[in-house]
Amino acid sequence: MKKTLMATALATIGAASALMADPADIPLVIEGEEMISSVKAPDYIPGLDTAYSGWLFRSEETQALEIDDFENPGMPAVDYGLELWSTADGSEGKSCADCHGDISEMAGVRTTMPKVNENGELWAMEEYINNCRVNRMGAEAWKRIKSPEMLAMTAAIGLQSRGMPMNVAIDGPAEPFWKLGEELYYTRVGQLNMSCANCHEDNYGNMIRADHLSQGQINGFPTYRLKWGGLGSIHRRFKGCMKNIRAEPYKPGGPEFLALELYVASRGNGLSVETPAVRN
Amino acid sequence: MKRSLFAAAFAASALAAAGAWAITPAEVKIEDGTVAESLTGTPGDPANGRKVFANRKKGNCLACHANSDMAEMLFHGEIGPSLDGVAERYEPEQLRALLVNSKSVFPDTIMPGFFVDSATLNRVMPKFQGKTILTAQEVEDVLAYLLTLK
Ligand code: HEC
Ligand code: HEC
Repeated sequence: MKKTLMATALATIGAASALMADPADIPLVIEGEEMISSVKAPDYIPGLDTAYSGWLFRSEETQALEIDDFENPGMPAVDYGLELWSTADGSEGKSCADCHGDISEMAGVRTTMPKVNENGELWAMEEYINNCRVNRMGAEAWKRIKSPEMLAMTAAIGLQSRGMPMNVAIDGPAEPFWKLGEELYYTRVGQLNMSCANCHEDNYGNMIRADHLSQGQINGFPTYRLKWGGLGSIHRRFKGCMKNIRAEPYKPGGPEFLALELYVASRGNGLSVETPAVRN
Repeated sequence: MKRSLFAAAFAASALAAAGAWAITPAEVKIEDGTVAESLTGTPGDPANGRKVFANRKKGNCLACHANSDMAEMLFHGEIGPSLDGVAERYEPEQLRALLVNSKSVFPDTIMPGFFVDSATLNRVMPKFQGKTILTAQEVEDVLAYLLTLK
């Protein structure tokens, strides 16, 4: 009895890994510009040979929405972000443009987020934006997940880096944060007792009921999600995945999700920024 | 004496029928990847087991496994092996262990354990703490259903 069990187990494992399929390697060209949608994964991610954009795993209909800015349902939010960029707010009567100039000055910023600030804290784009608002403009902080303004601004700034490869730093002062993120990525949580890696490393390319599992890359955030009917942030997505496995999510903007964001971003170093991506 | 024995037996089966037979996950004996005894003493109901198998809030087995017996339902997952003919491949005691705690059979599997003590898991959402994914009787029902997959 035990012997047959072992034999079946081995056969099963062979069958399961044979199922794991890499996505069709079709070029992602947005508005005539070719994106890097697959790239050799960094050596410090032993679990992946190739990093793939989530776009490759979506249906043709969803894919079509991302390659044309007129079709992309995330673009109205980007327009709102551009408007906010030059709108004065707060007690100092200043806009982002007053200090930073044209928003195109932000090209490249998205590729290095999150990163360690001068005080040794790990900050994502949202923390940098709110720091400017509170300390330089005398304006109120925008809520991290719910604020349409925060989503619009992160999308507008992200778009300035579209096509540029993700390039977050994982060494030096970032190392302890990256290590924490790595640990969280592989820790099983929730009543379903799964880790991010169980789905996004071991099973990308497979169907989980009606969903085609991707690598859970974040190079396209904030992303327009058809299911959300709007843009959503990285931490909202992390929260959703944790709730699906009946785990108590970490706090959006808290140290765990920031560390996880850095680690997940590093898994996609080399992939083009696709902000605002479109997913189902 | 005879009467009280009868009364006790009656009370026990009434409890079991009501699904209140209080075996806890910690009390289930898993030996060599098998659970020899029924968790409830009440035979599993394959028809209900079939429902629990497909229900997204219960077994949600179809999320990961294809199953030709459910051809009428769309979207069978491909994370685990097809369950066609699974009754031919395993003993009932093995399948019970796999359902109770899949890690007792496949140590690193993604498959959830359906009758596991939530205190042994990390960051379980408060509303699921102290609960198992399936009740003991639902485990027996799913088992009875799996045994029909020949
Ligand atoms: C039970 C399986 C499962 C687990 C566990 C899981 N996810 Fe997901 N995740 C999904 C599914 C399904 C989707 C939607 C399809 C896709 O893009 O893979 C998704 C999507 C994502 C996306 C969006 C990808 C894109 O291209 O827009 C990110 C990012 C993500 N997950 C991160 C995580 C992280 C981080 C964890 C761990 C905290 C995690 N996921 C755990 C199933 C899971
Ligand atoms: C999140 C994915 C997932 C879910 C949900 C899931 N399983 Fe599985 N199951 C697997 C995987 C993967 C395997 C193969 C073992 C391995 O390699 O990890 C497996 C193995 C099995 C096997 C052994 C099959 C064989 O031929 O060796 C049976 C039986 C089984 N599962 C039944 C079920 C039932 C019944 C349910 C629901 C009550 C269920 N599974 C839910 C992923 C899952």
